[in-house]
Amino acid sequence: MSTISRRTLITTALAAAAGGSGLAIAARLAKMYGLIPPDHGGLYGPGETLTYAAQRLLTTHSLAREFPRSMISTAPFANETDPPTDEFKRHQAGGFRDWRLVVDGMVDHPLSLSTSDLRSMPFRNQITEVVCEEGWSYVAEWIGTPLHEVLKEAGVQPQVRYIVYRSMEKDWWDSLDMADALHPQTFLTWGMNDGDLPVGFGGPLRLRVPRQLGYKSLKYVVRLTATDSMKGFGKGLGSASPEAGYAWYAGI
Amino acid sequence: MVRVTHWLTFVAFVALLVTGLEIVISHPRFYWGETGNVNIRPLFTIPIPSSRDTVPTGYKYVMPDQNGWSRYLHFQSAWLLVLTGAVYLVAGLWTGHFRKNLWPQRGNRGWGAYRGRMAQYLRRAPADPAEVRSYNVLQRTAYLGVIFVLFPLVIWTGLALSPAFNSAFPWFVNVLGGRQSARTLHFFVTIALVLFLLVHVAMVALTGFRNRMRGMITGRVDETEERP
Repeated sequence: MSTISRRTLITTALAAAAGGSGLAIAARLAKMYGLIPPDHGGLYGPGETLTYAAQRLLTTHSLAREFPRSMISTAPFANETDPPTDEFKRHQAGGFRDWRLVVDGMVDHPLSLSTSDLRSMPFRNQITEVVCEEGWSYVAEWIGTPLHEVLKEAGVQPQVRYIVYRSMEKDWWDSLDMADALHPQTFLTWGMNDGDLPVGFGGPLRLRVPRQLGYKSLKYVVRLTATDSMKGFGKGLGSASPEAGYAWYAGI
Repeated sequence: MVRVTHWLTFVAFVALLVTGLEIVISHPRFYWGETGNVNIRPLFTIPIPSSRDTVPTGYKYVMPDQNGWSRYLHFQSAWLLVLTGAVYLVAGLWTGHFRKNLWPQRGNRGWGAYRGRMAQYLRRAPADPAEVRSYNVLQRTAYLGVIFVLFPLVIWTGLALSPAFNSAFPWFVNVLGGRQSARTLHFFVTIALVLFLLVHVAMVALTGFRNRMRGMITGRVDETEERP
């Protein structure tokens, strides 16, 4: 066994000091440019932060792959949802005419929109893939109002950093950073494959986020809240997913 | 540096393997092309129960679902693997490790050299004394294949499963034939890496496990303990 020489000791100490201060500077820069996810703490925080930061630098404006009409899946899979609540059944019986999407939080004009209000706003379509974290996928055409149109109408204030969205299903809530909230393919979706969005696929209203895994595309959306911080929303980890053990950012 | 990165890679690979297996049991069906789900005929299935009751497996029970931490750990270990690999590559080029220790030696690059060493293995003939401190042509080729073919492929097919990464680099998944093809290839490349790991550990055991382990941990090899 060789003894550790003074030179090795000094170089190692210098390298450690440089590495430490480098990390501190990187952390400060990352925070400044919004590259730290709300679930950055804990055992898996470093990996999650690296993934989110790397992807935010690479994919802020990139568009999810769109497919030709011929690639629309003839056998899409709706996945299972909790049994509908009485409240949901009432809405379904009434053809979702009284369904409301509430927009509140840090906005100049809080809104309460019916599904027909949404349909009267500028809408778009996209043929994109739903990708489940379990491994399966399907392609469908999605028709909806881009989220940025609704946020523009509500007048989102400049300090806002996240849009929190809630499902009518109990305990299902999530949030997007502004890069995904203002992304042109993030839709408040009410149509699928030239028809109304079926209940199994999230009808009457699903927030589709095609650049992230399927669990980020909440079904039965009833409320959007603009906020500058995730503190005070659940455990402050960004969504219900980290509380259930799943990553907040699902772009992987 | 070679030894440190070897063990970091080992830790990352085991974590990736265990968590990857955990993720696969949530949908133990594989497809070819862009899309695949329980309504589509699979290319093949692994005959195990699933951790989701939405997957028809023929089994009456559902495995415990551990995807949450498995996914967090899978991606964190992937970062460890990629960063370790980057350090190893730079160090390997800097020190000439690839050229000196892994690239087959001059006069040892023809088919004859491979056949000769293979025959030596099959006869269970003792290794040349030079092989205590150096790799033979079959070892060199296997290591180069793992380092420059299998690991890049497994990273590529894994990244091709990221919907956000694919939005920035669509060709990354498209050249593989679609998302489900990428997932199936990710699985096959993993199998190839596991096969390498099994043979690798078997060879270490056959040539003297303790001595080889000490060599890879401390860098010291006792040549008198060397077994053919």
